[in-house]
Amino acid sequence: MEIFDNLALGFSVAVTFQNIFYCFIGVLLGTLIGVLPGLGPVPTIAMLLPITFGLPPVSALIMLAGIYYGAQYGGSTTAILINLPGESSSVVTAIDGYQMARKGRAGAALATAAIGSFFAGSVATFLLAVFAPPLADLALKFGPPEYFALMVLGLVASVALAAGSVIKALAMVVLGILLGLSGQDVYTGTPRFTFDMLELADGIEFVALAMGVFGIGEIVRNLEDEHSRKVMVQKVKGLLLSKEDIRRIVGPILRGTFIGSFLGILPGGGAILSSFAAYSIEKKISRHPEEFGKGAIEAVAAPESANNAGAQTSFIPMLTLGIPSNPVMALMIGALIIQGIVPGPNVVNEQPSLFWGIIASMWIGNLMLVVLNLPLIGMWVRLLTVPYHILFPLIVGFCCIGVYSVNNNALDVFTMALFGVVGYVLVKLDCEPAPLLLGFIIGPMLEEYLRRAMLISRGDPTVFFTRPISATMLALAVLALAVVLLPSVRRRREEAFKE
Amino acid sequence: MTRFVKSPKDVASGLLLILLAAFFAWQALDLPMGRAIRMGPGYFPMILAGLLGFLGLLVLIGGLTVPAAEEDAGIGFRRWPWQALGLVTLAVVVFGLGIRPLGLGPSMGLAVFLSALASRRFNIVTGLASAAIMVAFSWAVFIKGLGLPLPLLGPLLGGY
Repeated sequence: MEIFDNLALGFSVAVTFQNIFYCFIGVLLGTLIGVLPGLGPVPTIAMLLPITFGLPPVSALIMLAGIYYGAQYGGSTTAILINLPGESSSVVTAIDGYQMARKGRAGAALATAAIGSFFAGSVATFLLAVFAPPLADLALKFGPPEYFALMVLGLVASVALAAGSVIKALAMVVLGILLGLSGQDVYTGTPRFTFDMLELADGIEFVALAMGVFGIGEIVRNLEDEHSRKVMVQKVKGLLLSKEDIRRIVGPILRGTFIGSFLGILPGGGAILSSFAAYSIEKKISRHPEEFGKGAIEAVAAPESANNAGAQTSFIPMLTLGIPSNPVMALMIGALIIQGIVPGPNVVNEQPSLFWGIIASMWIGNLMLVVLNLPLIGMWVRLLTVPYHILFPLIVGFCCIGVYSVNNNALDVFTMALFGVVGYVLVKLDCEPAPLLLGFIIGPMLEEYLRRAMLISRGDPTVFFTRPISATMLALAVLALAVVLLPSVRRRREEAFKE
Repeated sequence: MTRFVKSPKDVASGLLLILLAAFFAWQALDLPMGRAIRMGPGYFPMILAGLLGFLGLLVLIGGLTVPAAEEDAGIGFRRWPWQALGLVTLAVVVFGLGIRPLGLGPSMGLAVFLSALASRRFNIVTGLASAAIMVAFSWAVFIKGLGLPLPLLGPLLGGY
C-alpha cells in the first residue's frame, strides 16, 4: 500500500542522527516552556525561528513541531501539580488533575496524561498520514477563486470558533491583513505603508510582530500581578496505574482522541476547544458526574488526549492547504516561507521527504515525550518553581537578540517594541491578538488570489458565486458568521466558554 | 464615565479601530487604485480600510448601547502596570539603539538589567547576575555558535 511506502520514506528521513537530535531538542524545549511560567509556544517558536534558518527545512520543521506538541505536554504537568495551566489548552486538566494531586494521586494523574497524550498523538499522526494526501490532491484542482474563498472561510471559521467578541476578532483579522500588505507590492513594486523607509520595503518583519505581541506584550501582562508558585507535591510517586484506573480511562481516551482529532482540523479551535469539548462530554455521559471537579481520573484522560490529538491534526490544513489554523501554525508557515518552500498543496507531492519526515518525527517525538516526562518528572518539578522575576528579563534578552539576528536590522527590534505595546493594549481592550497574526500571514496570499481571480474573470466579482466550490465555501463562511452572531447562540456560546 | 458609555472597553476599541482604518485609508490614498480587472496596489488596502472602519463603528455602537458584563472591570488605566510596560519597552528600544554602536555585550546587559527593574521583586544581585549570564550565553550561542556578524564590544567602545 502506498501509505506504508510513504511512512517508510518518512521514517528513513526522521530516523537519522541529525533529525532525531532536533526532534529531541524540540520536545525538550517544548516541555521546558510548558513547565516554565509565562512562556508559551508562540514566542518560543518565534525566538527560535532565526536559529533554524541555517538548518535543512526538514530538521527545522521537525524541531518547531516538537516544541508545539511538547508544550502541550509540559502544560499538563503544571496544571496537575500546581493548578496553573502552563498552556491554555490544559486549563481543563487543572480542574481534576490538581484535585487528584491533592489526594496524593499526582503520579496517577501524570501517568494518565502521558498515556492519553501518547495514544492520541499516535492516532492523530496516523490520521494526518491518511487524510492529508487526498486533501492536498483535491486542493491542487483549486483555481484562484476557490483559494480565495477557502482562505476567507478559514479566517472566518477561526474567528467564529475562538472565544470573545466575533466582531472584534474580525477587526483583528482585517488589521492583520492590512499590516501584512506592507512592503513592496508584488505586481507593481510600489511601496505600501513603508513611510519611505527602505528597511520596510520587504514589509513588517513577521518575527518582530509575533514576538512583540506574544512575547513582550505577554510579559507585561504577567507583570500585572506577580505571585509565587507553590508546588503541592515535592515527590511524585505511584506512577503505575491500577487495573481499576486503566478500566476507567480507556473510554475517555478513545473519545478524547476522536473529538480532538476532529476539532483540531477546524481552524481556530485546535487544542483549546477540543479539551473543553472532551471534558463536557465526559461529564455528560459519566455515571458519576458528581466526581467531576473533585479528582475524577476520566476528567484528566479525556481532555489531555483531546488536546494532543488536536495539536497533531491542526497540521493537516497547514501542510495540505497552506492555511494556518492557529498562531503556531502561522509561525510554521512563516518558517516554510523563510526556507524557500511555498506552503500549499504542492508540499505533499513536491517535498515528500519533508512532509512524511515531519509526520514520522511526530510519532517519534511523542514516544520521546513519554520517556522525558514520566521518569524525569522530578527534574520538571524542580523547574516549576523558577521565579518569574528571574525568568522574564532573560526572555526579553532572548527576544531582542533573536529578532535582531533575523535581518541584522535594528528597525526590527523597534518594531518588536512597538508591537509589544500594541499587543498589551489590545489584550486590555479585550481584542484577542491571535487573529491578527493569522491575518498577517494570510494577507498577502489573499490579495494575490483575489487579484488573479479578478483578472481571470475580467473584473467580474460574481466569479466567486458562480463557481460551485468557491460559492459553497463562501456560503459556509457567511453561515458560520450568521450563526455565531445570532443572539441566542451568542449567549449560549458565552456560557460555554465561561464554563 | 457618562451614561452614554455603556462599555468603556468597547467604545475605546471602536474608536481605536476607526482611527486605524482612517490612517490606513489615508496612506492608501497615495497608491494607484487600478480597476477591478487589474487591481492596483491601493485597491485591496482601501477595501480593507473601509471594512475595518465599518467593524470599528459596529464595536463603537455596541459599546454605546449594550452594557458591559458585570464582571468586566473596565479599562482601569490606573491599574495598568505603567512602570513595567515602560521599562520593558525601554529595555527593547535601548537594545535596538545600542546594538550597532555599543556591541552585543553592553546592549544585551543593559536590556536584561532594565527589564529586571520592571519587577516588584527586583533585587540588584539577581539583576546583575541575570545580565551577566545572558551576555555570556548570547556571546556563546549567537557569536561563537551561529557566527552572527556582531562584535561583543561595538566601535564606540573600542571594538571593531
